[in-house]
Amino acid sequence: MSRGTWLVGRLLQIIPTLLLIGVVVFVLVHLLPGDIVTSMLGDHATKQAVANLRRSLGLDRTLAEQFVLFVRNALRGSFGDSLAHGIPVARLIAQRLPVTAMLTAMAVVIAVVLAVPLAFVAALRAERAPDIAIRVAFQVGLSSPIFYVGLVLLSVFAAWLRWFPVGGYGSGFLDHIYHLILPAFALALSLSAILMRNLRAAILGVIRAEYVDFARAKGIAARLVLFRHVLRNALIATVTLLGLSIGSLLGGAVVTETVFAVPGVGRLMVDSIFARDYPVIEALTLILAVVVSITFLATDILQMVLDPRIGR
Amino acid sequence: MRRLPVSLLVGGTLLLVFVACALVPGWFAPYNPDAFNYTALLARPSGAHLFGTDQFGRDILSRTIWAAAVDLQIAIFAVIFPLLIGSVIGLFVGWYEGWLDIVFGRLVDLVVTFPFLVIVIAIVAILGPGLVNMYIAIATVGWVFYARLMRGEVLVQKHADYVAAARGLGYSTPRILFRHILPNAIRPVLVYSVTDMALEILLGSSLGYLGLGAQPPTAEWGVLIADGKNFFTQAPWTSLFPGIAIVLAGLAFSLTGDGLASLFELRR
Repeated sequence: MSRGTWLVGRLLQIIPTLLLIGVVVFVLVHLLPGDIVTSMLGDHATKQAVANLRRSLGLDRTLAEQFVLFVRNALRGSFGDSLAHGIPVARLIAQRLPVTAMLTAMAVVIAVVLAVPLAFVAALRAERAPDIAIRVAFQVGLSSPIFYVGLVLLSVFAAWLRWFPVGGYGSGFLDHIYHLILPAFALALSLSAILMRNLRAAILGVIRAEYVDFARAKGIAARLVLFRHVLRNALIATVTLLGLSIGSLLGGAVVTETVFAVPGVGRLMVDSIFARDYPVIEALTLILAVVVSITFLATDILQMVLDPRIGR
Repeated sequence: MRRLPVSLLVGGTLLLVFVACALVPGWFAPYNPDAFNYTALLARPSGAHLFGTDQFGRDILSRTIWAAAVDLQIAIFAVIFPLLIGSVIGLFVGWYEGWLDIVFGRLVDLVVTFPFLVIVIAIVAILGPGLVNMYIAIATVGWVFYARLMRGEVLVQKHADYVAAARGLGYSTPRILFRHILPNAIRPVLVYSVTDMALEILLGSSLGYLGLGAQPPTAEWGVLIADGKNFFTQAPWTSLFPGIAIVLAGLAFSLTGDGLASLFELRR
């Protein structure tokens, strides 16, 4: 199989995945017990109001018709109006999505910057004091829920030391970064712990692999061997793991944005739940799943570029 | 006898402490966790109140101890249903393979595209907040991970000699699956479930904090932290100590899980 065919095959794979994502979200909203209309309007709504809302949501049609309508609307990016905000859901999400994208990107950068050097130290000093100290620290990091880390960061660095704002998003690019540093740290902690653990294992695997011995035997300086071989393999491991972590990052963003009052899609999701804003919940679940599957696709392609063994 | 891994000793000891708190909180808690005390509102940690008090003068230490019961309950119920459902499905998928396996593979691909927390809170949003609905939401998605693990194990076990022997004896498929393969394949699943309990405590307390899990006045660590967050600058102990309890409980389960894995020499 040539790399071209592999790529086309992988690209085509996303179509059934996207369709199935649509089915799941549709089933979630339309088939779960509990009538959405009643929970949106409350128990004391008039029959007329219930009927009107059912019609405007398309709930008076057959399930098949509803699904076709749902897919067609989703493809057009039309998710109706937000019940709480009164503006189109698509516009609402478009305003909020860049905030979450920036938060997640910053968290990834922080996680990598934390994990890579520590993983190298831990792997090169494996089973000795630095390795054990780093692993204990990261085990604690892994067991700390984001909302708690966030709260501690907030109280120390924002409320007490006043180095950072207590929340919000600010205005202007640099101000956004300034506002997102603490939230990004909170979000990055568990990712960097997982990344550290995997990188350490990957580096250990390479160090103990035969081709490093071979390269050394050829007389290549030890440091160069480490850089060329270890870094390349570590890079592949990192890219894969970061790609696979996108789901838990987005989930973490929901909590982080709530703690730090960051106006991204995560906070929008939580707010919408309490506002019973079902069109927004439906659209967000769909969009976030699509973001994840596209990230998986991008990860696979990037892996192919980095690892010459894939797709040959 | 093999030497016990350090992680298992530390994790297991911590776990015992939490289980004791959960089973008989009254023995350890110095005060009634729900008793108001208007003479000690937001009192600092002291000899009388080791962890301080909250805005109603309730003793934080006692509330944290009583909350252990709720959070350990979360660890158990958020794991047991996905474990049972997933194991049975994984057993059949691994045994029959074929189209069942293809469908299952697609399902796994699909489930992992939904951020776990997002799909769980979406389901909770529709069912309504609360612990029972949280368990339903977690089981709806979580069984897939157990099924995947069990399937992989069955794929290995089904080619073992004892399975051929059982077949030769003419045992029925359910008997082979549940009496012979299941006991041999369950170990990695059970070890994973211990690690998973750590994750579920983090998830459960996060949902409690967001107001989607345990509902106040239930003393649950996430709920306690949410209660205290408005006083966090003036009285940080209100949230600080329940948070430490979460971290320690997470450590207890994940260290125990790690320890069991290395004891049984499982690949991770």
